[in-house]
Amino acid sequence: MSNVLKKSGKEIHAAWARDLTSSQAATKGRISTNELDQQTSEFIQLLTAASEHTRGADITGSDFKAIRDFLDGVSRSRVQQGFSSDETAMFIFSLKKPYFAALRSDAGKDADALAEQVWKATELLDALGLHTVKAYQKSREEVINRQQREMLELSTPVVKLWDGILAIPMIGTLDSARTQVVMETLLNKVVETGAQIAILDITGVPTVDTLVAQHLLKTVTALRLMGAECIISGVRPQIAQTIVHLGVDLQGVVTKANLADALALALKRTGSSLKS
Amino acid sequence: MEHIPILRMGDFLLVTIQVDMHDQMALKLQDDLSNAIQKNASKGVLLDISTLEMVDSFIGRMVADISGMGRILGAETVLVGMQPAVAITLVELGLALPGVATALNVERGMALLRRKIDGAGSDADSTTG
Repeated sequence: MSNVLKKSGKEIHAAWARDLTSSQAATKGRISTNELDQQTSEFIQLLTAASEHTRGADITGSDFKAIRDFLDGVSRSRVQQGFSSDETAMFIFSLKKPYFAALRSDAGKDADALAEQVWKATELLDALGLHTVKAYQKSREEVINRQQREMLELSTPVVKLWDGILAIPMIGTLDSARTQVVMETLLNKVVETGAQIAILDITGVPTVDTLVAQHLLKTVTALRLMGAECIISGVRPQIAQTIVHLGVDLQGVVTKANLADALALALKRTGSSLKS
Repeated sequence: MEHIPILRMGDFLLVTIQVDMHDQMALKLQDDLSNAIQKNASKGVLLDISTLEMVDSFIGRMVADISGMGRILGAETVLVGMQPAVAITLVELGLALPGVATALNVERGMALLRRKIDGAGSDADSTTG
Protein backbone atom coordinates (compact mmCIF):
# COMPACT_ATOMS: atom_id res chain seq x y z
CA MET A 1 0.00 0.00 0.00
CA SER A 2 2.98 2.28 0.43
CA ASN A 3 3.52 1.86 -3.29
CA VAL A 4 0.16 3.29 -4.07
CA LEU A 5 0.77 6.16 -1.69
CA LYS A 6 4.11 6.90 -3.25
CA LYS A 7 2.87 6.55 -6.80
CA SER A 8 -0.37 8.40 -6.61
CA GLY A 9 0.21 10.45 -3.46
CA LYS A 10 -0.29 13.66 -5.43
CA GLU A 11 -3.65 12.63 -6.87
CA ILE A 12 -4.86 11.32 -3.49
CA HIS A 13 -3.82 14.55 -1.88
CA ALA A 14 -5.55 16.64 -4.52
CA ALA A 15 -8.80 14.68 -4.26
CA TRP A 16 -8.67 14.61 -0.48
CA ALA A 17 -8.02 18.33 -0.19
CA ARG A 18 -10.87 18.99 -2.63
CA ASP A 19 -13.27 16.80 -0.65
CA LEU A 20 -12.27 18.41 2.60
CA THR A 21 -12.59 21.93 1.27
CA SER A 22 -16.03 21.26 -0.16
CA SER A 23 -17.27 19.49 2.95
CA GLN A 24 -15.61 22.13 5.05
CA ALA A 25 -17.97 24.68 3.64
CA ALA A 26 -19.59 23.92 6.96
CA THR A 27 -16.47 24.97 8.86
CA LYS A 28 -17.63 28.58 8.67
CA GLY A 29 -14.17 29.89 8.11
CA ARG A 30 -12.69 28.37 11.23
CA ILE A 31 -9.76 27.06 9.24
CA SER A 32 -8.21 28.48 6.08
CA THR A 33 -7.84 26.46 2.86
CA ASN A 34 -4.12 27.06 3.02
CA GLU A 35 -3.78 25.58 6.46
CA LEU A 36 -5.92 22.61 5.49
CA ASP A 37 -3.84 22.05 2.38
CA GLN A 38 -0.67 22.16 4.40
CA GLN A 39 -2.03 19.69 6.95
CA THR A 40 -3.22 17.24 4.29
CA SER A 41 0.03 17.26 2.37
CA GLU A 42 2.06 16.83 5.54
CA PHE A 43 -0.15 13.95 6.64
CA ILE A 44 0.23 12.16 3.30
CA GLN A 45 3.97 12.59 3.45
CA LEU A 46 4.14 11.23 6.97
CA LEU A 47 1.81 8.36 6.14
CA THR A 48 3.86 7.43 3.10
CA ALA A 49 7.04 7.45 5.14
CA ALA A 50 5.52 5.51 8.02
CA SER A 51 3.81 2.81 5.97
CA GLU A 52 7.03 2.13 4.12
CA HIS A 53 8.45 0.46 7.22
CA THR A 54 5.39 -1.06 8.80
CA ARG A 55 2.81 -3.24 7.23
CA GLY A 56 0.25 -3.73 9.97
CA ALA A 57 -2.20 -1.37 11.53
CA ASP A 58 -0.23 -1.04 14.76
CA ILE A 59 0.34 2.68 15.12
CA THR A 60 1.98 2.51 18.54
CA GLY A 61 5.44 1.80 17.11
CA SER A 62 8.26 4.28 16.73
CA ASP A 63 7.69 4.46 12.96
CA PHE A 64 4.41 6.18 13.66
CA LYS A 65 5.73 8.59 16.25
CA ALA A 66 5.98 11.48 13.82
CA ILE A 67 2.48 10.90 12.55
CA ARG A 68 1.07 10.59 16.06
CA ASP A 69 2.71 13.85 17.08
CA PHE A 70 1.36 15.48 13.97
CA LEU A 71 -2.17 14.28 14.71
CA ASP A 72 -1.87 15.46 18.33
CA GLY A 73 -0.97 18.89 17.03
CA VAL A 74 -3.87 18.89 14.56
CA SER A 75 -6.35 17.80 17.22
CA ARG A 76 -5.14 20.47 19.60
CA SER A 77 -5.53 23.20 17.02
CA ARG A 78 -8.98 21.82 16.12
CA VAL A 79 -10.02 22.10 19.77
CA GLN A 80 -8.89 25.70 19.87
CA GLN A 81 -10.65 26.45 16.59
CA GLY A 82 -13.87 25.09 18.06
CA PHE A 83 -14.35 21.97 15.96
CA SER A 84 -16.47 19.16 17.32
CA SER A 85 -15.01 15.69 17.78
CA ASP A 86 -16.71 14.20 14.71
CA GLU A 87 -15.51 17.05 12.52
CA THR A 88 -12.00 16.40 13.79
CA ALA A 89 -12.26 12.67 13.16
CA MET A 90 -13.60 13.30 9.64
CA PHE A 91 -10.24 14.85 8.78
CA ILE A 92 -8.76 11.35 8.75
CA PHE A 93 -11.79 9.36 7.66
CA SER A 94 -12.39 11.51 4.59
CA LEU A 95 -9.06 10.28 3.25
CA LYS A 96 -10.61 6.87 2.66
CA LYS A 97 -12.56 7.79 -0.43
CA PRO A 98 -9.69 9.14 -2.56
CA TYR A 99 -7.31 6.57 -1.13
CA PHE A 100 -9.55 3.63 -1.96
CA ALA A 101 -10.11 5.04 -5.43
CA ALA A 102 -6.36 5.06 -5.95
CA LEU A 103 -6.09 1.51 -4.62
CA ARG A 104 -8.80 0.40 -7.04
CA SER A 105 -7.13 1.88 -10.08
CA ASP A 106 -3.85 0.32 -8.93
CA ALA A 107 -5.26 -3.18 -8.40
CA GLY A 108 -7.06 -3.26 -11.74
CA LYS A 109 -9.13 -6.41 -12.07
CA ASP A 110 -7.61 -8.31 -9.13
CA ALA A 111 -10.52 -8.23 -6.71
CA ASP A 112 -8.83 -10.28 -3.98
CA ALA A 113 -5.78 -8.06 -3.87
CA LEU A 114 -8.00 -4.99 -3.82
CA ALA A 115 -10.08 -6.29 -0.95
CA GLU A 116 -6.97 -7.05 1.03
CA GLN A 117 -5.45 -3.67 0.34
CA VAL A 118 -8.65 -1.88 1.24
CA TRP A 119 -8.93 -3.81 4.48
CA LYS A 120 -5.38 -2.94 5.45
CA ALA A 121 -5.86 0.69 4.60
CA THR A 122 -9.14 0.79 6.54
CA GLU A 123 -7.53 -0.74 9.58
CA LEU A 124 -4.71 1.78 9.52
CA LEU A 125 -6.87 4.81 8.89
CA ASP A 126 -9.34 3.75 11.57
CA ALA A 127 -6.53 3.45 14.08
CA LEU A 128 -5.27 6.88 13.11
CA GLY A 129 -8.78 8.31 13.27
CA LEU A 130 -9.30 6.91 16.74
CA HIS A 131 -5.99 8.33 17.81
CA THR A 132 -7.12 11.72 16.58
CA VAL A 133 -10.32 11.52 18.59
CA LYS A 134 -8.36 10.44 21.63
CA ALA A 135 -6.00 13.37 21.26
CA TYR A 136 -8.98 15.66 20.75
CA GLN A 137 -10.56 14.38 23.95
CA LYS A 138 -7.33 14.84 25.84
CA SER A 139 -6.94 18.42 24.70
CA ARG A 140 -10.51 19.12 25.76
CA GLU A 141 -9.83 17.63 29.17
CA GLU A 142 -6.76 19.80 29.52
CA VAL A 143 -8.89 22.84 28.84
CA ILE A 144 -11.44 21.73 31.44
CA ASN A 145 -8.76 21.06 34.03
CA ARG A 146 -7.20 24.45 33.46
CA GLN A 147 -10.54 26.15 33.83
CA GLN A 148 -11.22 24.24 37.03
CA ARG A 149 -7.90 25.37 38.46
CA GLU A 150 -8.63 28.95 37.52
CA MET A 151 -12.09 28.74 39.04
CA LEU A 152 -10.57 27.41 42.24
CA GLU A 153 -8.26 30.39 42.50
CA LEU A 154 -11.00 32.85 41.69
CA SER A 155 -13.62 31.50 44.01
CA THR A 156 -11.95 31.71 47.38
CA PRO A 157 -11.46 35.34 48.36
CA VAL A 158 -11.11 36.14 52.05
CA VAL A 159 -12.52 39.55 52.88
CA LYS A 160 -12.05 41.57 56.01
CA LEU A 161 -15.43 42.78 57.23
CA TRP A 162 -14.38 44.50 60.41
CA ASP A 163 -11.47 44.71 62.75
CA GLY A 164 -10.89 41.10 63.73
CA ILE A 165 -13.70 39.73 61.58
CA LEU A 166 -13.05 37.89 58.34
CA ALA A 167 -15.60 36.55 55.89
CA ILE A 168 -15.21 34.01 53.13
CA PRO A 169 -18.07 33.91 50.64
CA MET A 170 -18.12 30.45 49.16
CA ILE A 171 -19.52 30.05 45.68
CA GLY A 172 -20.06 26.80 43.84
CA THR A 173 -20.02 23.19 44.87
CA LEU A 174 -17.66 22.28 47.67
CA ASP A 175 -15.44 19.28 47.09
CA SER A 176 -12.36 18.06 48.94
CA ALA A 177 -9.92 20.02 46.80
CA ARG A 178 -11.81 23.26 47.19
CA THR A 179 -12.33 22.86 50.91
CA GLN A 180 -8.62 22.33 51.23
CA VAL A 181 -7.92 25.59 49.41
CA VAL A 182 -10.57 27.45 51.37
CA MET A 183 -9.24 26.11 54.64
CA GLU A 184 -5.64 26.97 53.85
CA THR A 185 -6.35 30.50 52.64
CA LEU A 186 -8.66 31.21 55.53
CA LEU A 187 -6.33 29.88 58.21
CA ASN A 188 -3.37 31.74 56.77
CA LYS A 189 -5.40 34.92 56.66
CA VAL A 190 -6.42 34.43 60.29
CA VAL A 191 -2.76 34.22 61.30
CA GLU A 192 -1.90 37.19 59.13
CA THR A 193 -4.64 39.50 60.41
CA GLY A 194 -5.06 38.09 63.90
CA ALA A 195 -8.80 37.84 63.35
CA GLN A 196 -10.92 36.39 66.15
CA ILE A 197 -13.95 35.48 64.12
CA ALA A 198 -14.35 34.06 60.65
CA ILE A 199 -17.69 33.93 58.87
CA LEU A 200 -18.17 31.18 56.32
CA ASP A 201 -20.90 32.33 54.00
CA ILE A 202 -22.47 29.46 52.07
CA THR A 203 -25.14 31.44 50.24
CA GLY A 204 -23.49 30.50 46.95
CA VAL A 205 -23.21 26.80 47.70
CA PRO A 206 -25.98 25.07 45.73
CA THR A 207 -26.29 21.88 47.75
CA VAL A 208 -25.06 20.57 51.04
CA ASP A 209 -24.72 16.82 51.44
CA THR A 210 -23.03 14.85 54.20
CA LEU A 211 -19.64 15.24 52.55
CA VAL A 212 -19.94 19.00 52.19
CA ALA A 213 -21.16 19.26 55.77
CA GLN A 214 -18.16 17.25 56.87
CA HIS A 215 -15.87 19.59 54.95
CA LEU A 216 -17.48 22.56 56.65
CA LEU A 217 -17.09 20.96 60.05
CA LYS A 218 -13.42 20.33 59.35
CA THR A 219 -12.88 23.98 58.54
CA VAL A 220 -14.71 25.03 61.70
CA THR A 221 -12.66 22.64 63.83
CA ALA A 222 -9.37 23.78 62.32
CA LEU A 223 -10.31 27.39 63.03
CA ARG A 224 -11.20 26.55 66.58
CA LEU A 225 -7.88 24.77 67.07
CA MET A 226 -6.12 27.93 66.01
CA GLY A 227 -8.08 29.95 68.50
CA ALA A 228 -10.56 31.66 66.20
CA GLU A 229 -14.32 31.34 66.20
CA CYS A 230 -16.34 30.41 63.18
CA ILE A 231 -19.86 31.31 62.18
CA ILE A 232 -21.58 29.71 59.21
CA SER A 233 -23.98 32.04 57.48
CA GLY A 234 -26.21 31.97 54.44
CA VAL A 235 -27.95 28.72 55.26
CA ARG A 236 -30.96 28.60 52.96
CA PRO A 237 -34.22 26.95 54.04
CA GLN A 238 -33.73 23.99 51.70
CA ILE A 239 -30.22 23.47 52.99
CA ALA A 240 -31.39 23.62 56.60
CA GLN A 241 -33.98 20.97 55.75
CA THR A 242 -31.44 18.78 54.00
CA ILE A 243 -29.01 19.01 56.90
CA VAL A 244 -31.68 17.98 59.39
CA HIS A 245 -32.96 15.17 57.16
CA LEU A 246 -29.44 13.85 56.64
CA GLY A 247 -28.96 13.82 60.38
CA VAL A 248 -25.76 15.84 60.15
CA ASP A 249 -24.71 17.00 63.58
CA LEU A 250 -23.94 20.70 63.41
CA GLN A 251 -24.07 21.18 67.14
CA GLY A 252 -21.34 23.34 68.49
CA VAL A 253 -21.31 25.28 65.25
CA VAL A 254 -22.97 28.67 65.19
CA THR A 255 -25.13 29.05 62.10
CA LYS A 256 -27.09 32.04 60.87
CA ALA A 257 -29.52 32.54 58.03
CA ASN A 258 -27.73 35.50 56.52
CA LEU A 259 -24.46 37.35 56.58
CA ALA A 260 -25.94 40.38 58.33
CA ASP A 261 -26.99 38.33 61.34
CA ALA A 262 -23.59 36.68 61.43
CA LEU A 263 -21.85 40.04 61.32
CA ALA A 264 -24.08 41.38 64.10
CA LEU A 265 -23.20 38.39 66.25
CA ALA A 266 -19.52 38.71 65.44
CA LEU A 267 -19.53 42.39 66.37
CA LYS A 268 -21.19 41.57 69.64
CA ARG A 269 -18.61 38.90 70.39
CA THR A 270 -15.69 41.21 69.63
CA GLY A 271 -17.23 43.92 71.74
CA SER A 272 -17.87 46.36 68.91
CA SER A 273 -21.25 47.77 68.08
CA LEU A 274 -22.96 49.61 65.27
CA LYS A 275 -25.40 52.45 65.74
CA SER A 276 -28.25 52.52 63.33
CA MET B 1 18.44 14.96 77.73
CA GLU B 2 17.00 18.16 76.34
CA HIS B 3 13.76 19.29 77.84
CA ILE B 4 11.19 21.99 77.41
CA PRO B 5 11.43 24.82 79.95
CA ILE B 6 8.38 25.60 82.05
CA LEU B 7 8.28 29.27 83.03
CA ARG B 8 6.36 30.49 86.03
CA MET B 9 4.50 33.78 85.75
CA GLY B 10 2.63 34.39 88.98
CA ASP B 11 -0.32 32.05 89.01
CA PHE B 12 0.35 30.85 85.50
CA LEU B 13 2.79 28.51 83.90
CA LEU B 14 4.09 29.29 80.45
CA VAL B 15 5.32 26.50 78.23
CA THR B 16 6.77 27.36 74.85
CA ILE B 17 7.58 24.51 72.56
CA GLN B 18 10.32 25.73 70.27
CA VAL B 19 11.66 22.55 68.81
CA ASP B 20 10.06 19.69 66.96
CA MET B 21 9.14 17.36 69.74
CA HIS B 22 9.85 13.69 69.76
CA ASP B 23 7.77 11.31 71.77
CA GLN B 24 10.15 10.97 74.72
CA MET B 25 10.31 14.71 75.09
CA ALA B 26 6.52 14.97 75.03
CA LEU B 27 6.20 12.40 77.80
CA LYS B 28 8.77 14.22 79.88
CA LEU B 29 6.92 17.48 79.36
CA GLN B 30 3.69 15.93 80.61
CA ASP B 31 5.50 14.69 83.66
CA ASP B 32 7.34 17.96 84.36
CA LEU B 33 4.26 20.05 83.80
CA SER B 34 1.97 18.10 86.08
CA ASN B 35 4.63 18.24 88.80
CA ALA B 36 5.10 21.97 88.26
CA ILE B 37 1.36 22.64 88.48
CA GLN B 38 1.20 20.85 91.78
CA LYS B 39 4.34 22.44 93.18
CA ASN B 40 3.38 26.01 92.29
CA ALA B 41 -0.35 25.55 92.82
CA SER B 42 -0.80 27.16 89.43
CA LYS B 43 -4.20 28.30 88.29
CA GLY B 44 -3.51 28.32 84.58
CA VAL B 45 -1.22 26.88 81.92
CA LEU B 46 -0.43 28.56 78.64
CA LEU B 47 0.90 26.15 76.04
CA ASP B 48 2.46 28.02 73.13
CA ILE B 49 3.01 25.90 70.02
CA SER B 50 3.49 28.72 67.53
CA THR B 51 6.84 27.38 66.36
CA LEU B 52 5.69 23.81 66.15
CA GLU B 53 5.50 22.99 62.48
CA MET B 54 4.88 19.28 62.50
CA VAL B 55 2.56 17.17 64.55
CA ASP B 56 1.59 13.54 64.51
CA SER B 57 -1.26 11.81 66.26
CA PHE B 58 0.89 11.21 69.32
CA ILE B 59 1.77 14.86 69.84
CA GLY B 60 -1.83 15.77 69.14
CA ARG B 61 -3.04 13.43 71.81
CA MET B 62 -0.37 14.63 74.20
CA VAL B 63 -1.67 18.18 73.86
CA ALA B 64 -5.17 16.98 74.68
CA ASP B 65 -3.81 14.97 77.61
CA ILE B 66 -1.92 17.95 79.05
CA SER B 67 -5.11 19.93 78.95
CA GLY B 68 -7.00 17.15 80.72
CA MET B 69 -4.32 16.74 83.39
CA GLY B 70 -4.25 20.46 83.98
CA ARG B 71 -7.97 20.50 84.52
CA ILE B 72 -7.81 17.67 87.01
CA LEU B 73 -5.07 19.49 88.91
CA GLY B 74 -7.17 22.62 88.94
CA ALA B 75 -5.36 24.61 86.28
CA GLU B 76 -7.05 25.88 83.15
CA THR B 77 -5.04 25.16 80.03
CA VAL B 78 -5.07 27.30 76.91
CA LEU B 79 -3.37 26.24 73.70
CA VAL B 80 -2.08 29.17 71.69
CA GLY B 81 -0.54 29.91 68.31
CA MET B 82 -1.33 26.78 66.37
CA GLN B 83 -0.11 27.03 62.79
CA PRO B 84 -2.61 26.52 59.95
CA ALA B 85 -0.78 23.46 58.67
CA VAL B 86 -0.82 21.93 62.14
CA ALA B 87 -4.53 22.65 62.56
CA ILE B 88 -5.33 21.04 59.22
CA THR B 89 -3.21 18.01 60.07
CA LEU B 90 -4.94 17.51 63.40
CA VAL B 91 -8.37 17.82 61.81
CA GLU B 92 -7.44 15.32 59.12
CA LEU B 93 -6.15 12.98 61.82
CA GLY B 94 -9.54 13.23 63.47
CA LEU B 95 -8.14 14.96 66.53
CA ALA B 96 -10.52 17.84 67.08
CA LEU B 97 -9.27 18.25 70.67
CA PRO B 98 -12.68 18.77 72.21
CA GLY B 99 -12.59 20.61 75.49
CA VAL B 100 -9.23 22.22 74.83
CA ALA B 101 -9.36 26.00 74.97
CA THR B 102 -7.47 27.72 72.18
CA ALA B 103 -6.36 31.24 71.32
CA LEU B 104 -4.63 32.83 68.40
CA ASN B 105 -1.58 34.21 70.23
CA VAL B 106 -0.04 34.46 73.67
CA GLU B 107 -1.66 37.83 74.41
CA ARG B 108 -5.14 36.57 73.62
CA GLY B 109 -4.42 33.32 75.41
CA MET B 110 -3.44 35.20 78.56
CA ALA B 111 -6.62 37.26 78.40
CA LEU B 112 -8.71 34.12 77.95
CA LEU B 113 -6.96 32.43 80.85
CA ARG B 114 -7.62 35.42 83.11
CA ARG B 115 -11.26 35.45 82.05
CA LYS B 116 -11.62 31.76 82.70
CA ILE B 117 -10.08 31.95 86.14
CA ASP B 118 -12.10 35.03 87.10
CA GLY B 119 -15.24 33.32 85.88
CA ALA B 120 -14.44 30.11 87.73
CA GLY B 121 -13.39 31.99 90.89
CA SER B 122 -16.88 32.11 92.31
CA ASP B 123 -17.55 28.40 92.08
CA ALA B 124 -14.01 27.08 92.28
CA ASP B 125 -14.43 25.63 95.78
CA SER B 126 -15.27 22.21 94.46
CA THR B 127 -11.92 21.85 92.69
CA THR B 128 -8.81 22.19 94.78
CA GLY B 129 -5.33 22.38 93.30
